[in-house]
Amino acid sequence: MDNPFTLAGKTILVTGASSGIGRGIAVACAGMGAKVILTARNEIRLQETLFLLEGDGHSYICADLTKAEDRQHLVEQLPLLDGLVQCAGVMSRVPCKAIGAEDIQQVFQPNVEAPMLLQAELLQEKKIAKSASIVYIASIAARSAVAGNALYSASKAALISYAKCLSLELAPRMIRVNCICPAMVWTDLALVGATQEELDADQAKYPLKRYGRPEDIANLAIYLLSNASAWMTGSCVEITGGGNELIHR
Amino acid sequence: MEEFIKNFANQWDETEPEVFTPECAFHELEEWSSLTGLAILNMVAKKYGVKIAPMELKNCVTIADLYNLIQSKQ
Repeated sequence: MDNPFTLAGKTILVTGASSGIGRGIAVACAGMGAKVILTARNEIRLQETLFLLEGDGHSYICADLTKAEDRQHLVEQLPLLDGLVQCAGVMSRVPCKAIGAEDIQQVFQPNVEAPMLLQAELLQEKKIAKSASIVYIASIAARSAVAGNALYSASKAALISYAKCLSLELAPRMIRVNCICPAMVWTDLALVGATQEELDADQAKYPLKRYGRPEDIANLAIYLLSNASAWMTGSCVEITGGGNELIHR
Repeated sequence: MEEFIKNFANQWDETEPEVFTPECAFHELEEWSSLTGLAILNMVAKKYGVKIAPMELKNCVTIADLYNLIQSKQ
């Protein structure tokens, strides 16, 4: 039987590919036969990710997606895409009473504005192939409240609502749009605003006894990028180790 | 130091301002919570341009300890 999960013959762009979930997804996509294009700000870490990719034909393009000129440069160089995974994002821990305009910008620019603008530019320049699959990395934080998480949660909720509308607009061309909502995953972002000790105690409370790893999320991304999920769009899939609420720390 | 204590005290809602002296062991105050900690880290970043890790804040016993940590990073 043909493997419905294969990504052979697909060209996939991964944003935020220099670390964490983005790097994990890039590695997994290459492992499943895709030609992967990596993008992020940090060239050295992009080269590290590139080095980890199985197979040939992969490449990277440095870009700060919050900058219009960087996005333009990226989009110009891209081939036609069969898949796009938007992983680039930042974490923020600020109590509501301390939120200033700069805090909002610092989170909403990379987490909401940049992916929306990149998506629009990719569509205008006709870089998304028919029947392509688009995946956004959101978070369970969009619906699970934790004190101090307001900006991050709100940014991910915005991304999810955006993606659902996008899925309707692209459905006529059989382009699918889905979100992945992970609970806590071990990445650099997890360490923002918490000590290692607190995180270790927190992960023990998950029914599956640990936080996620980038490869856990990557396997779900492979499913959403592959033809196995051909009848799936506008969905938001939670992947949580059984911890259906983010646990207060 | 005086100004720092004022900024520090501003992050609390229930504790009387007189409590905040350089020797105050702030983790032991009834109002202390991780959210207060976040508010303090945020204030330090914005007003003093210094990034402090949650672990470093945990290791500060008194307000003076935190003040000295900020000084050492400026």
